[in-house]
Amino acid sequence: MPDTSHGIGGLTFDKAKRSWPNELNILLALVIIIVVFEVLGQVLPYMNDQSFLFDSRDRFDSIFNEARLQIIILQVAIIGIIALGVTQVIITAGIDLSSGPLVAATAMIAMSFGQTELVNGFPNPKALFGTWAMDLPVVLPVVIGLAFGAIIGAINGTFIAFLRIPPFIATLGMFLICRGIALWWSGGNPISFPTESFKYIGSGMMPVVWFLSLAVIFHVIMRYTVYGKHTYAIGSNEEAARMSGINVKRHKVMVYTVASSLAAFAGVVLAAKSETAQAGMGEFYELFAIAMAVIGGISLQGGRGSIIGTVLGAMVLGVIRSGFTYIKLDGSYQLMAMGSIIIAAIILDQYRQRNKA
Amino acid sequence: MSDDIVLRTENLTKHYGGVHALMGANFEMRQGEHVAIMGDNGAGKSTFVRQITGVEQRTSGKVSLYGEEVNFGGPLEAREAGIETVFQTLALADDLDVSDNLFLGREMTKFDWLGPFRFLDYKGMRKATMEGLVKTGVKIPNIRNTIRNMSGGQRQCVAIARTATFASRLTIMDEPTAALGVQETAQVENIIRTLKDQGEPLILVSHNMRQVFDLVDRIIVFRRGRIVANLNKEDTDGQDVVAYITGAKTGEEFAGAA
Repeated sequence: MPDTSHGIGGLTFDKAKRSWPNELNILLALVIIIVVFEVLGQVLPYMNDQSFLFDSRDRFDSIFNEARLQIIILQVAIIGIIALGVTQVIITAGIDLSSGPLVAATAMIAMSFGQTELVNGFPNPKALFGTWAMDLPVVLPVVIGLAFGAIIGAINGTFIAFLRIPPFIATLGMFLICRGIALWWSGGNPISFPTESFKYIGSGMMPVVWFLSLAVIFHVIMRYTVYGKHTYAIGSNEEAARMSGINVKRHKVMVYTVASSLAAFAGVVLAAKSETAQAGMGEFYELFAIAMAVIGGISLQGGRGSIIGTVLGAMVLGVIRSGFTYIKLDGSYQLMAMGSIIIAAIILDQYRQRNKA
Repeated sequence: MSDDIVLRTENLTKHYGGVHALMGANFEMRQGEHVAIMGDNGAGKSTFVRQITGVEQRTSGKVSLYGEEVNFGGPLEAREAGIETVFQTLALADDLDVSDNLFLGREMTKFDWLGPFRFLDYKGMRKATMEGLVKTGVKIPNIRNTIRNMSGGQRQCVAIARTATFASRLTIMDEPTAALGVQETAQVENIIRTLKDQGEPLILVSHNMRQVFDLVDRIIVFRRGRIVANLNKEDTDGQDVVAYITGAKTGEEFAGAA
């Protein structure tokens, strides 16, 4: 074999040579942000030496401020479920703007099949349907909600893959349609008083349980299954994916369907947690979900990023929101700061790509 | 129809709207033969390749592989029938590593009952990748590298290793060295020689006269959508081929074609 310009060392398969994973950078950022808030707690005059995440009351049984930790993760759990789906869409180099209103529409639809007949012995004042739809087994509202989400996702995917509508436009249209459906479903009235078993889906730390278990499931799917590999391949080089024989159109429909089903599930959990459903729910959720993915290192150009990244991105967003509240930053500043962070994350992503290319 | 004919096309024709990119191409190649396709830009070389590999659907004509008529609905069907192609645009996914790319679209899997969520057999694929790389003599420092981090030559080698890993019945390379440096070109040419020694039939689309005379047995010249010459390497030389490419000469059996 003649010698060539590269590969003098011959074939190697070296685990140690794998590059520094991007997820570690995000983890590092998370730690830095926490440290910054800790320091601010000590430095800012009006904070009286409070601690951000550690227990300030010198109890012996506790190091951390569990209450704050719980709130942080609970705040991001529901949007985090959406972000798991949005991540997959962005990895195919697409985008899904319809998830926020889809959350509202699904919350309305699922809740209307999850109501209880009698509230304190009186008929449910917010009943949407007759008694036939009351006290149904909890599986029913969940399945109906997921089915609705799957249909919306399949429509999104079909428009994008087969009719070649840009994902931004197709899902923007669906954004309005879903908000419309949410309003139309009950004529604008809230739907309330769910059954005990429906409430349980969103009670206590259940949203976190859903979020983390779905994250584990989709981490495995994206990393170790054909579905995941093809999703990355399409975002990486759609032409190559097609030439390799991947059914790109069908796969895209599948990805959008999975994403919308996850958003729909988030809607079910949100309805259960709030114990009511309103057409205005889930405002800006789609943007926060995209922000989590972007902060988590999912490249908007497609092909790169991971579920772990998104989970960390969700944590970063949660810590920042909670931290701003902790240092008593006014809500208006919070929005401005959050926007700046998202832009910074995208600039960082582009910088990273330029360095790698 | 003799058994050792690998590929035969009869009257292969492709129109893009009003543009007649390929007209009545009759082509034949035998077992173990390496054939070059030459011609100017827009002469119909790549169009010809795309019809054979199922990337596009021909307007009319017949294609048969090992004596059997074939109608590929897409590139995967052509692949399954044993036609492996290195495309001009490399058809590699930049963010995936070497073995992912080798097996893209035909992954080794476990738990197939899971449908689209069936698991990838990473171990098996990496092992097969190493074997394929050894077989072709392709050297890549680390198969866990993503394509993005590789040089043009390494990328081309991955694309070629992909065709060779799957013991194919026909290999097609569309300008495999067009974008490569001298040493990288030499490496690709060595891989092609290895395939020749192993008796693998190959179609090479190339502009490079020296390379063609070095590597192949027979030269087919395209001009303005038609085949205008079918030359054995021994019976021709560079000037002769150029005359066919530019239109100064047309092969006897193709007279009146162009």
